[in-house]
Amino acid sequence: MASSDTAASTTAGTASSERPEVSRPSSVSRGRREGGGAAPWLFMAPYLVLFLGFVIAPAIYGLYISLRAYDYLLPNKPFVGLDNYQKLFDSESTTYSDFWNSMQATGIFTLFSVPLLLTIPLLVALLMNSKFKGRNLFRALYFAPYVLGVAVVAVLWRFLLDSNIGLINQYLGGLGLPDGIPWLTSVPEAWVALVGVTVWWTLGFNAVIYLAGLQDIPGELYEAAKVDGANKWQSFRNVTLPGLRPVLAFVTMITIIASANMFGQSYLMTKGAPGIETRTAIYYIADTGLRNSQMGDAAAMSYVLTVILIVLSVGVFWLFRERKD
Amino acid sequence: MATTTVRPPAPPTPSTAPDRRRPAKRGSLVRYIGLIVLALLFISPLLFMLVTSFKTRVEAAGAPPTWIPQEPTFQAYDAILNAADTPVLKWFANSMIAASANALIVVTTAALAAYPLARMDFRGKKIVFGAIIATLFVPPVILIIPNYLIVGELQWLDTLTAVIVPTAASAFGVFFLRQFFLSLPRELEEAALLDGANRWQIFARVILPLSKPALVTLAVLAFLTNWNDFLWPVYVLFSPEVQTLPAGLSTLQSANNVRYDLLMAGAVIASLPVLLLYIVAQRFIIEGVSRSGLKG
Repeated sequence: MASSDTAASTTAGTASSERPEVSRPSSVSRGRREGGGAAPWLFMAPYLVLFLGFVIAPAIYGLYISLRAYDYLLPNKPFVGLDNYQKLFDSESTTYSDFWNSMQATGIFTLFSVPLLLTIPLLVALLMNSKFKGRNLFRALYFAPYVLGVAVVAVLWRFLLDSNIGLINQYLGGLGLPDGIPWLTSVPEAWVALVGVTVWWTLGFNAVIYLAGLQDIPGELYEAAKVDGANKWQSFRNVTLPGLRPVLAFVTMITIIASANMFGQSYLMTKGAPGIETRTAIYYIADTGLRNSQMGDAAAMSYVLTVILIVLSVGVFWLFRERKD
Repeated sequence: MATTTVRPPAPPTPSTAPDRRRPAKRGSLVRYIGLIVLALLFISPLLFMLVTSFKTRVEAAGAPPTWIPQEPTFQAYDAILNAADTPVLKWFANSMIAASANALIVVTTAALAAYPLARMDFRGKKIVFGAIIATLFVPPVILIIPNYLIVGELQWLDTLTAVIVPTAASAFGVFFLRQFFLSLPRELEEAALLDGANRWQIFARVILPLSKPALVTLAVLAFLTNWNDFLWPVYVLFSPEVQTLPAGLSTLQSANNVRYDLLMAGAVIASLPVLLLYIVAQRFIIEGVSRSGLKG
């Protein structure tokens, strides 16, 4: 922290020059209400520079890019209106089938991984939701794969799932099961592999969030349910689930967004194979924009994907809204 | 753990009726079996990665799989650490520099920004805070293409700056620290104000020292996130010597297709620092993650 203090103190030096009214000790906040002066903005300045420069500006700049044609042959990047968007919805265009194929891949992955990542971690969290010896150790072990990041996890599992020498197929063979399963080179096996590895990788993350939510539910509610003669299932339905609603909404949201942004697993484990079946939307957008320099098309695609995700998020909010009945 | 099953029926807490303890005990045995099986599912692949990195080329590709290397060797590490086209040590240094610098910028800027958002009233506060929170829900995909062009304009492509600075605007960091600052008692600040301290002095001498756990949590999470970031470095770093470890692993994989001894050695090197950090700062990491859900 030492170096950051000195870096920030220049900001503070200017902040203190027009020192806030100290002479009115009665309130910390009243003086500020009159406008506040420059102090808050000076505090926020370093963050706002980054925030405006690399979040707000690019979000708007992306729209501008999506209205232009980026092409080596067209050095001026001419304005083409909504052409880049139209192409995505015109089955005659060259990008149409590739784009929707990648959207379908992302859709399949999301459809299968999200339900598993909502239910299995909840079961694990319920299993851990009471006091017992070694709970923190188990929690830490389950969370460990998440700490490693997608590159290590994908490289490791490509090895374990290798159809010839991988651990998984060898052990399946040892059990007398089929031992030549093409986990990474054909569908639907590749989807099983990609979804399974992702569940293995991020299960602990969701479980930790669930567990914190479970521990926030007051014990008296369970006691009251017990007094009312509720069995385990009934107290789960009527106490646990309602108490977990905000956490469930949050976990659903971040899991959908994470699944829809799946990239590393495909990139490292299947390279999109077989063909382009497991090439996800982000994978295709990044390749189109950054490898093939068709920035306009790629930007338009990313906006289409974003709009779909926003609609989904609104749907999730609506689904988990506070119901009065 | 096994002790729970063989523990003699010694006098427990007097309130527990003896006949009710038996089913509870069986339940806890089932629980432990479940927990241990689950733990093996998570740990054994990591163990196999470590074991394989010490195998010879032949044994790593052999069948049946062995859990103890027949002739333990550093061959795989030797090979990747000395290969010119895959400078793993350089990648390691790059990742260290990038993740540390990024964490430092995240914590500094987020703490400075979170303080007025938690403790001052000013025009535009709601708009600023609302905009920051809104971006928590914006899928990062829309930033990839424009940020690539912006980073290109700044001449940062193929430099570590490209993976340090653009991702440092942490909306989560501002939100997280603002929540923490709001939970601090106001009395100390008011006392400092009475003593004639200005805003900066209150921030630096009262708020920051009280916030050490939150600052450490954010720093550790930012370090981990940056260390593990994959897509962005893969596309903005081109030269072998400027890669970070995850991007480098991808290069290593392309260069060594099925030389799994080498790939596992690379994966172990990429895992070690974060696993060590995890062991040391486990409490902060898990607390930080679990608190992120409670905002609901």
